[in-house]
Amino acid sequence: MGIFSVFIINKAGGLIFQYDHYSQRPEVEKTFSFPIELVLKQQDEKLVVAFGERDGIKVGYTLMGVNGIPVEGRFLQNDGTDAMEIINSPHNYPINLKFGRTKLTTNEKIMLASMFHSLFAIGSQLSPEPHSSGIEVLETDGFKLHCYQTMTGIKFIALTDPRQGGVDALLRKMYEVFSDFALKNPFYSVDMPVR
Amino acid sequence: MTVYTLYIFDRNGTCLYYTEWNRKKQPGMSKDEEFKLMYGMIHSIKSFVHRIAPTDLRDGFSNFRTSRYKLNFYETPSGMKFIMTTDLTVGNIRDILHQIYSNIFVEYVVRNPQCELGQPITSELFQTKLDEFIRGLSIFPTRIS
Repeated sequence: MGIFSVFIINKAGGLIFQYDHYSQRPEVEKTFSFPIELVLKQQDEKLVVAFGERDGIKVGYTLMGVNGIPVEGRFLQNDGTDAMEIINSPHNYPINLKFGRTKLTTNEKIMLASMFHSLFAIGSQLSPEPHSSGIEVLETDGFKLHCYQTMTGIKFIALTDPRQGGVDALLRKMYEVFSDFALKNPFYSVDMPVR
Repeated sequence: MTVYTLYIFDRNGTCLYYTEWNRKKQPGMSKDEEFKLMYGMIHSIKSFVHRIAPTDLRDGFSNFRTSRYKLNFYETPSGMKFIMTTDLTVGNIRDILHQIYSNIFVEYVVRNPQCELGQPITSELFQTKLDEFIRGLSIFPTRIS
Protein backbone atom coordinates (compact mmCIF):
# COMPACT_ATOMS: atom_id res chain seq x y z
CA MET A 1 0.00 0.00 0.00
CA GLY A 2 3.05 2.25 -0.33
CA ILE A 3 3.40 4.90 2.29
CA PHE A 4 1.17 4.72 5.35
CA SER A 5 2.08 7.91 7.16
CA VAL A 6 4.70 10.58 7.67
CA PHE A 7 5.84 12.34 10.86
CA ILE A 8 8.22 15.26 11.39
CA ILE A 9 9.78 15.57 14.85
CA ASN A 10 11.71 18.62 16.05
CA LYS A 11 14.98 18.45 17.94
CA ALA A 12 13.30 18.37 21.34
CA GLY A 13 11.16 15.38 20.42
CA GLY A 14 7.90 17.23 19.79
CA LEU A 15 5.73 16.37 16.80
CA ILE A 16 5.51 19.26 14.36
CA PHE A 17 3.81 17.66 11.38
CA GLN A 18 1.89 14.49 10.68
CA TYR A 19 0.14 13.10 7.60
CA ASP A 20 -1.82 9.86 7.20
CA HIS A 21 -2.29 8.18 3.88
CA TYR A 22 -4.14 4.96 4.61
CA SER A 23 -7.86 4.44 4.81
CA GLN A 24 -8.60 0.75 5.31
CA ARG A 25 -9.37 0.04 8.90
CA PRO A 26 -10.43 -3.49 9.75
CA GLU A 27 -13.71 -3.64 11.68
CA VAL A 28 -15.36 -6.73 13.08
CA GLU A 29 -18.89 -6.91 14.42
CA LYS A 30 -20.04 -9.96 16.35
CA THR A 31 -22.81 -11.10 18.62
CA PHE A 32 -21.73 -12.46 21.98
CA SER A 33 -23.38 -14.43 24.75
CA PHE A 34 -22.42 -14.09 28.40
CA PRO A 35 -19.65 -14.33 29.48
CA ILE A 36 -17.50 -12.94 26.70
CA GLU A 37 -14.08 -14.51 26.54
CA LEU A 38 -12.29 -11.32 25.60
CA VAL A 39 -10.51 -9.38 28.31
CA LEU A 40 -10.92 -5.64 27.84
CA LYS A 41 -8.73 -3.12 29.53
CA GLN A 42 -8.74 0.66 29.57
CA GLN A 43 -5.90 2.25 27.64
CA ASP A 44 -5.87 6.05 27.34
CA GLU A 45 -9.65 6.50 27.56
CA LYS A 46 -10.40 3.67 25.11
CA LEU A 47 -11.42 0.10 25.85
CA VAL A 48 -8.93 -2.19 24.17
CA VAL A 49 -8.80 -5.98 23.79
CA ALA A 50 -5.96 -7.20 25.99
CA PHE A 51 -6.41 -10.97 25.83
CA GLY A 52 -8.56 -13.59 24.21
CA GLU A 53 -8.02 -13.05 20.50
CA ARG A 54 -10.64 -14.96 18.51
CA ASP A 55 -12.77 -14.85 15.36
CA GLY A 56 -10.83 -12.07 13.71
CA ILE A 57 -10.81 -9.81 16.77
CA LYS A 58 -7.19 -9.26 17.62
CA VAL A 59 -5.34 -7.87 20.62
CA GLY A 60 -5.18 -4.12 20.30
CA TYR A 61 -8.63 -3.70 18.74
CA THR A 62 -10.76 -0.98 20.30
CA LEU A 63 -14.42 -1.28 21.26
CA MET A 64 -16.24 0.86 18.69
CA GLY A 65 -19.92 0.05 19.12
CA VAL A 66 -22.43 -1.72 21.38
CA ASN A 67 -25.67 -2.92 19.74
CA GLY A 68 -25.18 -0.46 16.91
CA ILE A 69 -24.60 2.54 19.14
CA PRO A 70 -21.13 4.06 18.63
CA VAL A 71 -18.90 4.19 21.68
CA GLU A 72 -16.83 7.24 22.56
CA GLY A 73 -13.92 6.24 24.75
CA ARG A 74 -15.62 4.23 27.46
CA PHE A 75 -19.16 5.56 27.24
CA LEU A 76 -21.95 5.18 24.72
CA GLN A 77 -22.49 8.18 22.52
CA ASN A 78 -26.25 8.60 22.95
CA ASP A 79 -26.83 8.40 26.69
CA GLY A 80 -23.37 8.20 28.28
CA THR A 81 -23.74 4.82 30.00
CA ASP A 82 -20.54 2.99 30.79
CA ALA A 83 -19.84 0.30 28.21
CA MET A 84 -18.02 -1.89 30.75
CA GLU A 85 -21.12 -1.98 32.96
CA ILE A 86 -23.23 -3.11 30.02
CA ILE A 87 -20.75 -5.84 29.14
CA ASN A 88 -20.45 -7.08 32.70
CA SER A 89 -24.15 -7.52 33.44
CA PRO A 90 -25.63 -10.78 32.08
CA HIS A 91 -29.14 -9.46 31.47
CA ASN A 92 -27.97 -7.38 28.48
CA TYR A 93 -27.01 -10.50 26.50
CA PRO A 94 -27.00 -11.51 23.65
CA ILE A 95 -25.08 -8.34 22.83
CA ASN A 96 -23.66 -7.11 19.53
CA LEU A 97 -20.18 -5.60 19.85
CA LYS A 98 -18.09 -3.93 17.18
CA PHE A 99 -14.31 -3.92 17.40
CA GLY A 100 -11.77 -2.37 15.13
CA ARG A 101 -8.50 -0.57 14.80
CA THR A 102 -9.27 3.11 15.25
CA LYS A 103 -7.22 5.99 13.92
CA LEU A 104 -4.70 7.36 16.38
CA THR A 105 -5.73 10.56 18.14
CA THR A 106 -3.45 13.59 17.95
CA ASN A 107 -2.39 13.12 21.57
CA GLU A 108 -1.38 9.55 20.88
CA LYS A 109 0.64 10.63 17.88
CA ILE A 110 2.48 13.25 19.92
CA MET A 111 3.22 10.64 22.56
CA LEU A 112 4.44 8.06 20.06
CA ALA A 113 6.63 10.66 18.37
CA SER A 114 8.41 11.55 21.60
CA MET A 115 8.71 7.84 22.42
CA PHE A 116 10.48 7.27 19.14
CA HIS A 117 12.71 10.29 19.74
CA SER A 118 14.06 8.63 22.91
CA LEU A 119 14.35 5.18 21.35
CA PHE A 120 16.36 6.70 18.51
CA ALA A 121 18.86 8.08 21.03
CA ILE A 122 19.10 4.83 23.00
CA GLY A 123 19.75 2.93 19.77
CA SER A 124 22.82 5.05 19.25
CA GLN A 125 23.95 4.70 22.86
CA LEU A 126 23.82 0.89 22.96
CA SER A 127 25.81 0.47 19.78
CA PRO A 128 28.62 -2.12 19.78
CA GLU A 129 30.42 -0.01 17.18
CA PRO A 130 31.67 3.54 17.74
CA HIS A 131 30.03 6.57 16.07
CA SER A 132 26.69 4.98 15.34
CA SER A 133 23.70 7.05 14.32
CA GLY A 134 20.30 6.41 15.84
CA ILE A 135 17.68 4.01 14.45
CA GLU A 136 17.41 4.52 10.69
CA VAL A 137 15.14 1.66 9.72
CA LEU A 138 12.87 -0.30 12.03
CA GLU A 139 11.38 -3.40 10.49
CA THR A 140 8.34 -5.42 11.47
CA ASP A 141 6.38 -7.89 9.40
CA GLY A 142 3.56 -5.44 8.72
CA PHE A 143 5.37 -2.17 8.06
CA LYS A 144 8.78 -0.55 7.94
CA LEU A 145 9.64 2.70 9.68
CA HIS A 146 12.32 4.87 8.06
CA CYS A 147 13.94 7.80 9.84
CA TYR A 148 16.19 10.50 8.46
CA GLN A 149 17.82 12.85 10.93
CA THR A 150 19.11 16.15 9.60
CA MET A 151 22.15 18.02 10.88
CA THR A 152 19.85 20.31 12.84
CA GLY A 153 18.24 17.44 14.75
CA ILE A 154 14.91 17.28 12.90
CA LYS A 155 13.71 13.75 12.17
CA PHE A 156 11.65 12.83 9.14
CA ILE A 157 9.84 9.55 9.69
CA ALA A 158 7.92 7.51 7.15
CA LEU A 159 5.87 4.38 7.83
CA THR A 160 5.71 2.29 4.68
CA ASP A 161 4.86 -1.13 3.33
CA PRO A 162 7.82 -3.49 3.96
CA ARG A 163 8.44 -3.91 0.26
CA GLN A 164 8.45 -0.20 -0.56
CA GLY A 165 11.71 1.09 -2.03
CA GLY A 166 13.15 4.55 -2.48
CA VAL A 167 12.04 5.83 0.90
CA ASP A 168 15.40 7.45 1.62
CA ALA A 169 15.03 9.60 -1.45
CA LEU A 170 11.51 10.48 -0.34
CA LEU A 171 12.72 11.58 3.10
CA ARG A 172 15.45 13.75 1.63
CA LYS A 173 12.96 15.30 -0.79
CA MET A 174 10.64 15.96 2.13
CA TYR A 175 13.48 17.78 3.90
CA GLU A 176 14.01 19.88 0.79
CA VAL A 177 10.33 20.79 0.57
CA PHE A 178 10.20 21.50 4.30
CA SER A 179 13.16 23.84 4.15
CA ASP A 180 11.75 25.59 1.07
CA PHE A 181 8.23 26.18 2.31
CA ALA A 182 8.44 26.16 6.08
CA LEU A 183 11.88 27.42 6.98
CA LYS A 184 11.99 30.13 4.36
CA ASN A 185 8.58 31.38 5.44
CA PRO A 186 9.18 34.48 7.61
CA PHE A 187 6.06 33.80 9.68
CA TYR A 188 7.13 30.29 10.68
CA SER A 189 8.95 29.92 14.01
CA VAL A 190 11.40 27.03 14.22
CA ASP A 191 10.37 23.90 16.16
CA MET A 192 6.71 24.92 16.13
CA PRO A 193 3.97 22.79 14.52
CA VAL A 194 3.76 23.32 10.78
CA ARG A 195 0.47 24.68 9.47
CA MET B 1 29.61 -10.16 7.92
CA THR B 2 30.10 -9.98 11.67
CA VAL B 3 28.24 -10.90 14.82
CA TYR B 4 28.91 -8.45 17.66
CA THR B 5 26.93 -9.52 20.72
CA LEU B 6 24.11 -11.76 21.91
CA TYR B 7 21.74 -11.13 24.82
CA ILE B 8 19.15 -13.54 26.20
CA PHE B 9 16.42 -12.16 28.47
CA ASP B 10 13.59 -13.97 30.18
CA ARG B 11 10.06 -12.65 30.50
CA ASN B 12 10.80 -10.76 33.72
CA GLY B 13 13.69 -8.79 32.25
CA THR B 14 16.50 -10.78 33.88
CA CYS B 15 19.47 -11.06 31.58
CA LEU B 16 20.14 -14.80 31.44
CA TYR B 17 23.10 -14.66 29.13
CA TYR B 18 25.37 -12.16 27.45
CA THR B 19 28.33 -12.73 25.22
CA GLU B 20 30.35 -10.65 22.79
CA TRP B 21 32.57 -11.62 19.95
CA ASN B 22 33.75 -8.52 18.17
CA ARG B 23 32.49 -5.60 20.18
CA LYS B 24 34.53 -2.44 19.67
CA LYS B 25 32.75 0.05 21.91
CA GLN B 26 31.63 -0.36 25.49
CA PRO B 27 28.56 1.71 26.37
CA GLY B 28 30.24 3.58 29.23
CA MET B 29 27.97 2.13 31.92
CA SER B 30 28.10 -1.02 34.05
CA LYS B 31 26.90 -4.32 32.60
CA ASP B 32 23.81 -4.36 34.82
CA GLU B 33 22.78 -0.92 33.64
CA GLU B 34 23.39 -1.88 30.06
CA PHE B 35 21.16 -4.96 30.39
CA LYS B 36 18.39 -2.94 31.97
CA LEU B 37 18.64 -0.29 29.28
CA MET B 38 18.62 -2.90 26.52
CA TYR B 39 15.61 -4.69 27.97
CA GLY B 40 13.81 -1.39 28.52
CA MET B 41 14.50 -0.29 24.98
CA ILE B 42 13.23 -3.55 23.52
CA HIS B 43 10.11 -3.47 25.68
CA SER B 44 9.39 0.11 24.61
CA ILE B 45 9.99 -0.67 20.95
CA LYS B 46 7.56 -3.59 21.12
CA SER B 47 4.88 -1.43 22.70
CA PHE B 48 5.55 1.44 20.27
CA VAL B 49 5.31 -0.84 17.24
CA HIS B 50 2.09 -2.36 18.47
CA ARG B 51 0.43 1.01 18.90
CA ILE B 52 1.63 2.75 15.77
CA ALA B 53 1.04 -0.18 13.41
CA PRO B 54 -1.34 0.73 10.59
CA THR B 55 -2.26 -2.93 9.98
CA ASP B 56 -2.41 -6.04 12.15
CA LEU B 57 1.00 -7.53 12.88
CA ARG B 58 1.65 -11.27 12.99
CA ASP B 59 5.06 -11.33 14.63
CA GLY B 60 5.69 -7.75 15.67
CA PHE B 61 9.03 -6.00 15.73
CA SER B 62 11.83 -8.03 14.15
CA ASN B 63 14.91 -5.83 13.71
CA PHE B 64 16.24 -2.30 13.44
CA ARG B 65 19.24 -0.81 11.72
CA THR B 66 21.43 2.21 12.39
CA SER B 67 24.33 3.49 10.33
CA ARG B 68 26.73 1.04 12.00
CA TYR B 69 24.93 -2.03 13.28
CA LYS B 70 21.76 -4.05 13.05
CA LEU B 71 19.89 -5.33 16.05
CA ASN B 72 17.92 -8.54 15.43
CA PHE B 73 15.21 -9.60 17.82
CA TYR B 74 13.31 -12.83 18.31
CA GLU B 75 10.80 -13.57 21.04
CA THR B 76 9.46 -17.00 21.83
CA PRO B 77 5.83 -17.50 22.88
CA SER B 78 7.10 -18.13 26.45
CA GLY B 79 8.60 -14.63 26.58
CA MET B 80 12.29 -15.50 26.10
CA LYS B 81 13.94 -12.72 24.13
CA PHE B 82 16.96 -13.31 21.92
CA ILE B 83 18.77 -10.16 20.81
CA MET B 84 21.71 -10.33 18.45
CA THR B 85 23.65 -7.29 17.21
CA THR B 86 25.41 -7.79 13.90
CA ASP B 87 26.85 -5.63 11.19
CA LEU B 88 24.73 -4.28 8.36
CA THR B 89 25.40 -6.95 5.75
CA VAL B 90 23.39 -9.74 7.36
CA GLY B 91 19.88 -10.46 6.11
CA ASN B 92 17.00 -11.95 8.03
CA ILE B 93 18.38 -14.11 10.81
CA ARG B 94 15.11 -14.91 12.55
CA ASP B 95 15.65 -18.56 11.66
CA ILE B 96 19.10 -18.54 13.21
CA LEU B 97 17.76 -17.05 16.43
CA HIS B 98 14.98 -19.63 16.44
CA GLN B 99 17.58 -22.38 16.05
CA ILE B 100 19.58 -20.96 18.94
CA TYR B 101 16.44 -21.20 21.00
CA SER B 102 15.26 -24.65 20.00
CA ASN B 103 18.55 -26.49 19.43
CA ILE B 104 20.79 -24.93 22.05
CA PHE B 105 18.79 -23.10 24.70
CA VAL B 106 16.04 -25.70 25.10
CA GLU B 107 18.44 -28.64 24.86
CA TYR B 108 21.16 -27.45 27.19
CA VAL B 109 19.39 -25.11 29.60
CA VAL B 110 15.71 -25.93 29.85
CA ARG B 111 16.31 -29.66 29.86
CA ASN B 112 19.17 -29.39 32.34
CA PRO B 113 17.84 -30.15 35.83
CA GLN B 114 20.66 -28.15 37.39
CA CYS B 115 19.88 -24.95 35.50
CA GLU B 116 17.31 -22.88 37.33
CA LEU B 117 15.00 -20.90 35.08
CA GLY B 118 15.10 -17.22 35.88
CA GLN B 119 18.73 -17.33 36.93
CA PRO B 120 21.67 -16.36 34.72
CA ILE B 121 23.03 -19.32 32.78
CA THR B 122 26.27 -20.70 34.17
CA SER B 123 26.38 -23.97 32.26
CA GLU B 124 29.69 -24.31 30.44
CA LEU B 125 28.23 -26.87 28.08
CA PHE B 126 25.71 -24.28 26.90
CA GLN B 127 28.46 -21.73 26.41
CA THR B 128 30.57 -24.17 24.37
CA LYS B 129 27.72 -25.34 22.20
CA LEU B 130 26.54 -21.79 21.57
CA ASP B 131 30.02 -20.61 20.68
CA GLU B 132 30.50 -23.55 18.31
CA PHE B 133 27.18 -22.85 16.63
CA ILE B 134 27.80 -19.14 16.16
CA ARG B 135 31.32 -19.61 14.86
CA GLY B 136 30.01 -22.12 12.36
CA LEU B 137 27.49 -19.66 10.91
CA SER B 138 28.11 -18.10 7.56
CA ILE B 139 27.53 -14.65 9.01
CA PHE B 140 30.46 -14.98 11.40
CA PRO B 141 33.79 -13.75 9.97
CA THR B 142 36.29 -16.51 9.18
CA ARG B 143 39.37 -14.32 9.31
CA ILE B 144 40.93 -13.38 12.64
CA SER B 145 40.06 -9.73 13.36
